[in-house]
Amino acid sequence: MRFLKHLTLTAAALATAASLSSAQADGMKLKIGTEGAYPPFNNMTADGKLEGFDIDIANALCAEMKAECTFVTQDWDGIIPALQAGKYDAIIASMSITDERKKKVDFTNKYYNTPPAVAVPKDSRLTGVSPADLAGAAIGAQGSTTHANFAEARYTDSTVRGYPTADEYKLDIASGRLDAVMDDVTVLQEWLASEDGACCKLLGTVIPDPAIHGEGAGIAIRKGETELAAKFNAAIKAIRANGVYKSINDKYFTFDAYGG
Amino acid sequence: MSTSPTAVVNERIQPALPPPLVARRWSGTRTVGWIALAAMLGLLGGLSLYLILSWDLELITKYGPKYWQGLQITLGLVATSIVFGAAMSLPVAMARLSPNRAVGALAYGYVYLFRGTPLLAQVFLVYYGAGEFRPELQSVGLWGFFRDPWNCAVFAFALNTAAYQAEILRGAIQSVAKGQWEAAEALGLTRLQAFRKIILPQALIVALRPYGNEIILMLKGSAIVAIITVLDLMGETRRAYSRSFDFQTYLWAAVIYLLMVETIRNIWERLEKHLTRHLRRDG
Amino acid sequence: MDEISTLLALGDTGWGDEIAAGVGVTLSLALATLPLGLLIGFFIALAKQSEEPTLRLAGNIYTTVFRGLPELLTLFLVYFGAQIGIRELMLAMGSETSIEINSFFAGMVALGLVFSSFSSEVFLSAFRAIPRGQYEGGQAIGLTRFQTMRLIILPQLIRIALPGLSNLWMILLKDTALVSVIGLSDIIRQTGIAARVTKEAFLFFGVACLLYLVLAILSSVAIGAINRWAAKGDTAR
Repeated sequence: MRFLKHLTLTAAALATAASLSSAQADGMKLKIGTEGAYPPFNNMTADGKLEGFDIDIANALCAEMKAECTFVTQDWDGIIPALQAGKYDAIIASMSITDERKKKVDFTNKYYNTPPAVAVPKDSRLTGVSPADLAGAAIGAQGSTTHANFAEARYTDSTVRGYPTADEYKLDIASGRLDAVMDDVTVLQEWLASEDGACCKLLGTVIPDPAIHGEGAGIAIRKGETELAAKFNAAIKAIRANGVYKSINDKYFTFDAYGG
Repeated sequence: MSTSPTAVVNERIQPALPPPLVARRWSGTRTVGWIALAAMLGLLGGLSLYLILSWDLELITKYGPKYWQGLQITLGLVATSIVFGAAMSLPVAMARLSPNRAVGALAYGYVYLFRGTPLLAQVFLVYYGAGEFRPELQSVGLWGFFRDPWNCAVFAFALNTAAYQAEILRGAIQSVAKGQWEAAEALGLTRLQAFRKIILPQALIVALRPYGNEIILMLKGSAIVAIITVLDLMGETRRAYSRSFDFQTYLWAAVIYLLMVETIRNIWERLEKHLTRHLRRDG
Repeated sequence: MDEISTLLALGDTGWGDEIAAGVGVTLSLALATLPLGLLIGFFIALAKQSEEPTLRLAGNIYTTVFRGLPELLTLFLVYFGAQIGIRELMLAMGSETSIEINSFFAGMVALGLVFSSFSSEVFLSAFRAIPRGQYEGGQAIGLTRFQTMRLIILPQLIRIALPGLSNLWMILLKDTALVSVIGLSDIIRQTGIAARVTKEAFLFFGVACLLYLVLAILSSVAIGAINRWAAKGDTAR
């Protein structure tokens, strides 16, 4: 039996190696999950701090709810599973409210809604953003996003490639491997205005499809936590009314990102 | 047992019986065995039960065809890489065996480089490296090839597996006794004839098992191409998971990969048995 | 050349320190996985050469599964699956706290599972290379089974298994690269970030390959030393 004892000892040692964390959502302390790779909404500064529209909105909402919030970064691919696993209590990461996601998580009301757009290399001969215009082209998008889903569903005559983060498709359109990329218009504008985006230009915005793009970006929380959802909704309404939203909005955009 | 003095002497010179073949039972071995088996079957059974209970026809009809497409991409990618790798491995193995020190060192460097670094790093190096050298590649007319991620994957995989296959081949050729070369020479065969008709057939039998392992390694290793946007079985799985957030998407992929690996292993075992039937002493 | 040395410099201007941290992560992940994989592998080998058929079957199922799955898939299964599983288990026990599985831990477990299924085969063939007489000899001089294992079998076993295990270590070192996909800041992820930011993909992924080669060469040197130490007993005979 001696080796059984060895086994249990090892198992115990391993269990303590995993960090213990409490995920209690008592309204006072909240953990917010975000991606940190999606400027201007959420990204890391050079010294490793989070910044962006999502982060400012999250802080404003937490202040409104009188909650103490901490941020946790998580790769986009695993952002919903980690919410379900209790790594954090809410996702504020420009996540579009879609029917597919609603099966797994609950959403608050939207906190912004901006249209998708297409960017192409500066010397591109492409003239339009419709599926017919882009037939035969290689279109890049971040995988598992509404933009990738939309491109796959509508641009069936094009080759659609899904990338782990936005950074990779930017690299591939700069090298000419892609003919076009599709993402949120504000994300593309931010990139095109930077030194990195010198390769490319904005071709135009695309009329969103509510069935795929949803009704805008919302805050995702675990299913059934209606109390937390109600608190967030009240807070969104409050910052819209008291001008906090507008001051954050004007820091990033020249138009009202909340949408119609 | 006799008590007479002669009998005592007889007993002393009798060799002791060997210890019993069945060793003493380790106390609790059986319990441990049942617990281990129960745990293993419990886990597998639980996962199978989960797959059955969460049987979702909508999910299967939605992603099933995608998995099938991904599977075809995976198999095509692996087969192409293995074949090109095999073709490239022959000169590399020859160079490794060459009496020329410089040629041997060059081949050794190639093999060491590709066996000593992760496949993922090699794929990234080819894929993003090619993107960086687009103007140069365009001027020699190779950009059309490297523009496509599938081609980049095959290129990196073939280079990688060529290094491994060259080592397999070299080891196998060296395992053939030197006397075989000498006998061939004595029969008046040229070196090429000797290699083709005497050495290679014997070497390939030795190489058979490692070749099978290499195919399995390539099949498992190919799962990384999803990261450079090739939608193989793993890529389709990740996509299905990121849309449905249903864990069974990964479990189905696990089942498919396991079935493929076990199939290859069984085919290979039969092939080996068949090809080495002349070496068996019994049956 | 100047440009390259600036890019690889330490500090805020270059990527040298970030990549060095990545080397540290890669190495510590491999070193943390090694004892886990060896230990589980050893017990699986014990099970597979046991006289108890249930143990043998359990051991064989284990190896078939973890040798057959792509390493990347095992990693995802552990990273996403274990997290969901633990959460469900905790909820079932009425606890709201959850154990968080970070990418390092998930990588260690997944690579440990893979490593152990391969190392169990190495141990198993080493066990078979030790003649039965060695066990009988131990029994004849009155050692218990555990003592026989520890004093007679294990020292021989390690020597026989060493070449196979060294091979597995080299594979483990390379397999750690996969954990970058679930967000661990190892060599690949750090050089990848540098490549994306600076647009010098070939340079940085080339550096990554070189670093793995250096680790492999250093490992060969260390393994050579261990080999010589282990072979000491042979010369006396």
